[in-house]
Amino acid sequence: MSKPIWIARDYAACSGCKRCEIACSMHHEGWIWPEASRVRIFMPFPGCEVPHLCSQCNDYPCVDSCPVQALSTDADTKAVLVDREKCTECGACIRACPGSVPFLHPGDDKVTICDLCDGDPECVKVCKEAGYNALMLVEEEPNVHRRLFSRNPIEVAKDLAVLFFGEKGEEVI
Amino acid sequence: MPGGYAGKFLDIDLTKEKVEDITFDDETLEAYFGGRGLAAKILWDRIGRKWRKIDGLDPENIFLALTGPMTAIYPGARIMCSGKSPLSNGTVGSTASTEFASELKMAGYDGVIVTGRAEKPVYILVTDGGGEIRDASHLWGKLGEETIKLLNREVTEELAKRKPNIGLWKEPGIIYIGPAGENLVRNAAVMSKICHACGYGGYGAVMGSKNLKAVVAKGRGKIPAVDAPESVKLLLKKTHEHLIGRTTMRRWGTGYAGYAVGADTSSEPIRNWQEEWHDEKSMGGPRFENRFWVKKKWADFGCTTNCMKISCIKTGRWKGDITDMPDYELEAYCGTNLGIFDPGDNVHMSAVIDNLGHSGINGPNTMGFAAELYQRGILTEKDFGFKPTWGDAEAMTKLAWLIAERKKIGRVLGEGTYRAALKIAKKKDMKPEELLKYAVHVKGIEIGAHGTRSDADYTHDISYAASVQGGDHTSVAVDGFTEMSAAVFTDSAVFCNFCFFGVPQELVFDFAKAVTGFPITQESWRRVTGPRIVTLQRALLLLGGPDVTWEPVGDDDNPPRFYEPLPSGPYKGSKTDEALVKQKRKTYFETLGWDEKGIPTKETLKRLGLSDVDPLMRKFRK
Amino acid sequence: MPGGYAGKFLDIDLSKGKISETRFDDETLEAYFGGRGLATKILWDRIGRKWARVDALGPENLLIALTGPMTGIYPGGRICVSGKSPLSNGTVGSTASTEFAHELKCAGYDGVIVSGKADEPVYIQVTDKGGEIKPAGHLWGKDSEETLIALNREVGAALAKRKPNVGLWREPGMIYIGPAGENMVRNAAVITKLCHACGYGGYGAVMGSKKLKAIVAKGRGRVPAVDAPEAAKLLWRRSHEYLIARSGFRRQGTGYGGYGFGNNTSSEPIRNWQEEWHDERSFGGPMFETRFWVKKKWSDWNCTTNCMKVSCIKTGPWKGDITDMPDYELQSHCGTNFGIFDPEACIHLSTLVDKLGHSGINGPNAMGFAAELYQRGILTKKDIGFELKWGDPNAFDRLMRMIARREGIGDVLAEGTYRAALKIAEMKKMKPEELLKYAVVVKGIEVGAHGTRSDADFAHDISYAASVQGGDHTSLADDGYSDMSGSIFADSGVFCSFAYGGVPQELVFDFAKAITGFPVTIESWRRVTGPRIVTLQKALLLMGGPDVTWKPIEDDDNPPRFYEPLPNGPYAGKTTDRAKVESKMQTYFQTLGWDERGIPTRETLDKLGLSDVEPFMRKLRK
Repeated sequence: MSKPIWIARDYAACSGCKRCEIACSMHHEGWIWPEASRVRIFMPFPGCEVPHLCSQCNDYPCVDSCPVQALSTDADTKAVLVDREKCTECGACIRACPGSVPFLHPGDDKVTICDLCDGDPECVKVCKEAGYNALMLVEEEPNVHRRLFSRNPIEVAKDLAVLFFGEKGEEVI
Repeated sequence: MPGGYAGKFLDIDLTKEKVEDITFDDETLEAYFGGRGLAAKILWDRIGRKWRKIDGLDPENIFLALTGPMTAIYPGARIMCSGKSPLSNGTVGSTASTEFASELKMAGYDGVIVTGRAEKPVYILVTDGGGEIRDASHLWGKLGEETIKLLNREVTEELAKRKPNIGLWKEPGIIYIGPAGENLVRNAAVMSKICHACGYGGYGAVMGSKNLKAVVAKGRGKIPAVDAPESVKLLLKKTHEHLIGRTTMRRWGTGYAGYAVGADTSSEPIRNWQEEWHDEKSMGGPRFENRFWVKKKWADFGCTTNCMKISCIKTGRWKGDITDMPDYELEAYCGTNLGIFDPGDNVHMSAVIDNLGHSGINGPNTMGFAAELYQRGILTEKDFGFKPTWGDAEAMTKLAWLIAERKKIGRVLGEGTYRAALKIAKKKDMKPEELLKYAVHVKGIEIGAHGTRSDADYTHDISYAASVQGGDHTSVAVDGFTEMSAAVFTDSAVFCNFCFFGVPQELVFDFAKAVTGFPITQESWRRVTGPRIVTLQRALLLLGGPDVTWEPVGDDDNPPRFYEPLPSGPYKGSKTDEALVKQKRKTYFETLGWDEKGIPTKETLKRLGLSDVDPLMRKFRK
Repeated sequence: MPGGYAGKFLDIDLSKGKISETRFDDETLEAYFGGRGLATKILWDRIGRKWARVDALGPENLLIALTGPMTGIYPGGRICVSGKSPLSNGTVGSTASTEFAHELKCAGYDGVIVSGKADEPVYIQVTDKGGEIKPAGHLWGKDSEETLIALNREVGAALAKRKPNVGLWREPGMIYIGPAGENMVRNAAVITKLCHACGYGGYGAVMGSKKLKAIVAKGRGRVPAVDAPEAAKLLWRRSHEYLIARSGFRRQGTGYGGYGFGNNTSSEPIRNWQEEWHDERSFGGPMFETRFWVKKKWSDWNCTTNCMKVSCIKTGPWKGDITDMPDYELQSHCGTNFGIFDPEACIHLSTLVDKLGHSGINGPNAMGFAAELYQRGILTKKDIGFELKWGDPNAFDRLMRMIARREGIGDVLAEGTYRAALKIAEMKKMKPEELLKYAVVVKGIEVGAHGTRSDADFAHDISYAASVQGGDHTSLADDGYSDMSGSIFADSGVFCSFAYGGVPQELVFDFAKAITGFPVTIESWRRVTGPRIVTLQKALLLMGGPDVTWKPIEDDDNPPRFYEPLPNGPYAGKTTDRAKVESKMQTYFQTLGWDERGIPTRETLDKLGLSDVEPFMRKLRK
């Protein structure tokens, strides 16, 4: 039975190995397809790796924005679900998302969003296995903090750059 | 000797420069436990009869730093500071997490009791050998960070000199004051470990009034033996399992609440509580974490909650500031309450406030009060020497310094929000109520960052109004029964609340039993011990002080602001329910066995072993 | 199409500005696999007949960047860069971990082959749409860190503009050169990801000679399909389990080697290899880690070895330097080999060497050589322009920049240690041997930081002497059989040796089989494929030219220094055993089917399908 879950993220702990991209695309696409992975690691400067994935904002601006109601939420896990048949590739949800998380699938241009793997996310497993714990599974109801994680990954990386490199960090991204 | 206690207390008279060891009998320890409870008892015994005549800043006041039997055994070791509060003229059991607590017990002492006043600045050093008074003139005036650095070096060198051949000496545990305490800012805190504070009560000013810069402890002994050691070992393991299981608390501490308490429960102080709701994503937890949290797993002695994180600002005008994440209270008070919504500025203000030795809640409450008076034109730029505009971190930094140094309007503001309101009313030829309506305090103690108007937070109608510790958000009144085994207990056992709430209560009280050997239960604390301590505190609170006393019932109330409707957000229009306050206050008094004015009855006093308090309560009953 | 291959290669003629696509038939792919093997084949096919006349820094040389079928699938994806080496005049399969490798495959290309020379500086951009030549005049002259930042922004923005509605575009993968490559410093590296490098071979200079600043790739396609996907997925998980289990290596990477190889195996270059043992605790791993390692779990694509860590200097004259831990090679070459035992100085020079686009091993080898000449008075302060004293980071900083810009003596040292030795001999009217005795090179390629004299490290008698890649410590000669399935396989697969070493060989080769569908086994690589590739490399190496050709057997030897006895440490007095070198060399040749002078025999060439090489070998046999 799926429960409401969330993938907690510790950006500073991300090693950049991108096995999450591999595990996600192996699961959803049948083979390794980094640009089709629902979690993508942005690395605007080495050392500043940022996992970018849906954070299930509790007000779901993406769902609201879809003109053809192609987006909905899973009753159990609270993940965002995409009806690929209905999607018209208009990009409204990408614009509505504060962090521009959704993207058009590199194969058929249908909008692609993390569905939390029906309650058992693959990305978390490989991250935990390797001891990085940048992505961690928590059992939680949706709350106000979710939307704070929906942020342009370059901006997040800029913060990490300062955290790691001090003043130099302001120059590298 | 019951388990968990070292067995003796250091009794120091700074006027006479006398240092003694004293003990308390088992009955007293069982009745008052330690920490907050025992402090109230000691204060009553020694100065209770002349309470009203003593000002919190007089040499006759007593400064107490006590542990409890569970300190350094149960997770989350803390010290409890108390005395007559210069703010409420009652007592507060004000706690902070610090290695000072464990070091004190290892040195063989359960606490330090300080009376009188030293001629010149001093600090007290407690070691296995006993207590001594040492010169602190070279430390007076120094900020928190500098004080720690100097004392760490000085004391370690001294101890190494005394006993050099045993190997390396570790740094001692320290509680200290900053310039705010030195300059008798009435709500100044007792600081520890850079960013931990005994914030409520103004005990930093009490230390300052005694010329006492710090109390330092280094012990090499065992933590005291317990009554049932094998049980304790197993209970300890189980307790930690519970704490380690709280993954979210461990991950963020309260550092994500600066957004949530505003956006979600609409109970966060904004611009001196004029509003309580916001949706400023810039204050979101990740904005602090990704840019500033340099150490994300930071704990205190014996604790696996590790709610703490260390922040450091590495670039820009506040480069070099080091503080904690900040915790929610300072995200609110050093942030939103000053109209600041920038994480960097917030971290900076937190670092400034702690370094100056202000209480992170009470100090900025007065600052917010002053900024609102400026906003309304009651105070002008001339009073400050600059414009304390909302959101201006540079101005707020100046204001924090102004108060710590008691300059210009800082002289008056250093009296705490309540007294400052009265003084400013006089100065500006206005009626007291005209100023008091902006003062967010209860019984002189500025209120913690959880409002009551939305009723969506954990604080409600009588949480502050009925509490003997006023605005102290860590010890709110509930129904006079259930809360008697919560903060009153942890403040007396002395350990951290955050290690209490994650653990099944039965386990905690069995732990207390296994440590002390006393027949402790949750029920006994709810019916007897808790009420005993709170009733004694209530009595002292009612006795008041030379400058201020409180009206029973009239002052057992929320500040005027909490009856103004919320101006914005999903709870717009909501305010504290006066009828509910009246009704619940009545029930609260009844449950505790106090009369309809909240005066402890003779029967209650007798039942709780406080008969000698009765004569002084008689006059209030008329 | 066999599994694992994208199926096509980008073929770019920079002289003509022409871009086309090339394919190779399945037999070729099976025979040479990819990476190092396939590059050698391509070089033979296209310029092998005129090899001796091809100037490695001329337009006829090819710059080849290839993946292999296992790249992006087996842990630790790498790119392999090759061409005619300006140092050895043979070929090196020079690899580096970089996202560029799998981005290339996701864009639909297994590799990029570049010939000719551009008129103005350019960079090549590869996307799903194909290859493009873009102007790089604004990038020419930038150090490698600046190049990375500029290209990330520029290409990211360009791609986003082209297809804006698909969502956020990520940064591309890229390989690029710094000023050293631009100025054709003969041993310059191809840099990627700030601090990864295709270091051996001097291919940075080849890119510089083509005015090629960078190759950038961003693909949105799948990683190519494999022959047995279900098996591949399981093998993928299993391989990672092995890598994750290597906790010690994961914790330190090679970042503790700067002390370990000096103190333990006595095989670390110190002051141009004059010594190989030290006990400088200041240079211990913890001294780097505690103060400088800001990110301790840092990986490359698909790798759980995470041997990498990010270092940052936060204070002092080199505040702001960012590099890797450094890895052992640069701890020694930018540290002990300069007589420097200070971690901060070593990190700075490591940062600088990567920024300038030097090879972190080869560049500093020439500098160490120069410093010894200075020590011995052969080069004077006048020659250099300043005092080049051991242990002086500012002196080596300055020299590093001079060589990158080919200023003063830098112009001579930029020719690589071997050629610089010959030039300086000429300049100073000395015999070549008098200079060559200080040159620690094998066949023009400066030697990696593992000496052979103690015999306690993994490099021994013929490790370098017999290797077709000279001083390349990542591809040592062993017995001509077991080493054939080692680095030659990883360099052709193309994936990282460190992700290879931790996994049972059978598993790796079954993985190779599952990916490609080829009947790949350890045995087949040891008997056929490996020898095929190495024999072809040997042939080209022997053909040499135009400026330098090696003498068979005579130059298949260690540098003179490796026959000097170690002066100190637990292996004092020990040195490389010449008799062993000679005898093992013969065994090596025999096993590979080469004659007693190391020239591949006709039979061997026929057996390996290299019959067309025979005419060129005939000449050498005389």
